[in-house]
Amino acid sequence: MDLTSASINFSIIYPEISLLIAAALILVSVFHKSANRIAPYIALIGIVVSIAMIFKQWGHQESGFFGMITCDSFGVTFKLIFDVTALLSLLIAHRYMISKGINRPEFYALLLISTMGMMVMANTTDLIVIFLGLEIMSVPLYVMAGFAKRSLWSSEAGIKYFIMGAFASSFLLMGIAFIYGASSTTDLRRIVADFHFIMSNSPAYMLTGMALILVGFGFKIGAVPFHSWVPDVYEGAPTPVTAFFSVGPKAAGIAALLRIFIFGFANVMMLSTVFWVLAVLTMSVGNILALKQNNIKRLLAYSSIAHAGYILVALTVGGNDAISAAIFYLVAYIMFNLGAFAVVTLMETRSGCKSDFSELVGLAKVHPYLAAVLTLFMFALAGFPPTAGFFGKFYIFSAAIKSGYIWLAVIGMLNSFLSVYYYLRVVKTSYFDSSDKSFIPVKYSLSIIIVLVITVIGTLGIGLFPQQFLNWSQSALFAFL
Amino acid sequence: MISISSYVIVAAVLFGIGTLGVLISRNIIILFMSLELMLNAASLAIIAFSRELNVIDGHVFVFLILAVAAAEAAVGLAMVITLFRNKETLNIDRFNLMKW
Repeated sequence: MDLTSASINFSIIYPEISLLIAAALILVSVFHKSANRIAPYIALIGIVVSIAMIFKQWGHQESGFFGMITCDSFGVTFKLIFDVTALLSLLIAHRYMISKGINRPEFYALLLISTMGMMVMANTTDLIVIFLGLEIMSVPLYVMAGFAKRSLWSSEAGIKYFIMGAFASSFLLMGIAFIYGASSTTDLRRIVADFHFIMSNSPAYMLTGMALILVGFGFKIGAVPFHSWVPDVYEGAPTPVTAFFSVGPKAAGIAALLRIFIFGFANVMMLSTVFWVLAVLTMSVGNILALKQNNIKRLLAYSSIAHAGYILVALTVGGNDAISAAIFYLVAYIMFNLGAFAVVTLMETRSGCKSDFSELVGLAKVHPYLAAVLTLFMFALAGFPPTAGFFGKFYIFSAAIKSGYIWLAVIGMLNSFLSVYYYLRVVKTSYFDSSDKSFIPVKYSLSIIIVLVITVIGTLGIGLFPQQFLNWSQSALFAFL
Repeated sequence: MISISSYVIVAAVLFGIGTLGVLISRNIIILFMSLELMLNAASLAIIAFSRELNVIDGHVFVFLILAVAAAEAAVGLAMVITLFRNKETLNIDRFNLMKW
């Protein structure tokens, strides 16, 4: 705690505050009889105001709350990422919640609070505040995963997510305790300043602490061998919720990992070896297990594990090139992954659908545009040019090769070849397969169309102008801390 | 005066018991207790370090951790109740709708 800069400086948390006000309004409005209808609009306004506040913060470099909250371009970039994720998830969720009869106003409040937690997590250099942000993010997510409380699937997913999440948080907290014991502070900036002294003084506490923190975040971002909860939770949770936590918490986890391990403990020798092993395991296991899935949500779950692996490659490499590539990849991934989930959600608004492959048969005949959009997202996930997915992978692997991690890049590329098989299987099923059951048409809604338009523009736009976009993600690293 | 290492050992043992409990136990309520034990082990370690290093921050952190643990327990128990209503059991081996 830095008591010399004795200022609170509320202006750096305006985006968080506007989300919180919107959430509070929704919780108050619960008692009004038309709360179901107005809640999504309140949430929408909250997010839009929050985005406006973020643009006002752009390029500032401040800290407040006695040094416990920082506001730098890295954090602001991530705030924007979280807000866009929340906005798209909200639009995806609205119609689905109505069609499943679970359109209750709390959902939108939980979404906003969880987003606020992510922002806290990405905008601090203090380990305890990172932990608090993580909890503010996770506790609403547990509830959201189990939101369809009459559904066995959803409540099972909720409890599994809760147990694994709380387990991971305890590991993280124990790690923080050890690092606090070794360095007598939880502020990363002060730990970095005295790093060599602390390391030579109490290496055992320091290394134990780092290992425990890594395990905690490994669970949170779904890295192998801590991934076992991911497919179950993704499959059981309501689909828009799955969409939200396939990108939001993952991005927050990556942001915190970047803060702690790339900025904080970058000088530890074994660290890149540990990340190397994690990255290779995560990519390979994710892709191999995805090959034989027959449920699209489960397939996307394994694919999200594999994508976390690609981002871990960038973390292994370290350095400005790789980290800006990681941010580039994260934004691109948000676009095409949320797009794919929007299509899946749209399919699931028909009654009795569980997102099995067989339900895709005949999609191209009934809805040619929807099938084309789905194909685009699958190509982007697999990494075909000229989509955003291709350039994301390209920048990460070229950064790896430049820094001499040839084998890592080779394994990564082999993995993306492998992934082509299962992504194209989705395309093949929707275009070429036939069955005796006729395809039940889906009903579009305005919000889903908006999401599809935004994500298609994002996927293609980032793919067509990658250089401009890379410059943008490099500017996020300007004055990293 | 008890040395800091004894506190750390106790915390580590508690943490280990909690971890084992989460991995081994088949009853969700026992599992919850184990999770709480893990959080409390971390709190104990932080308190001990805070006293040893003469930095007051740690005491404050423990209050924050207690609040977090309470929030987690509230959400978790509520979810156990919804689950029990759906399935009438607390044995986690029965929650196997989704498997790969």
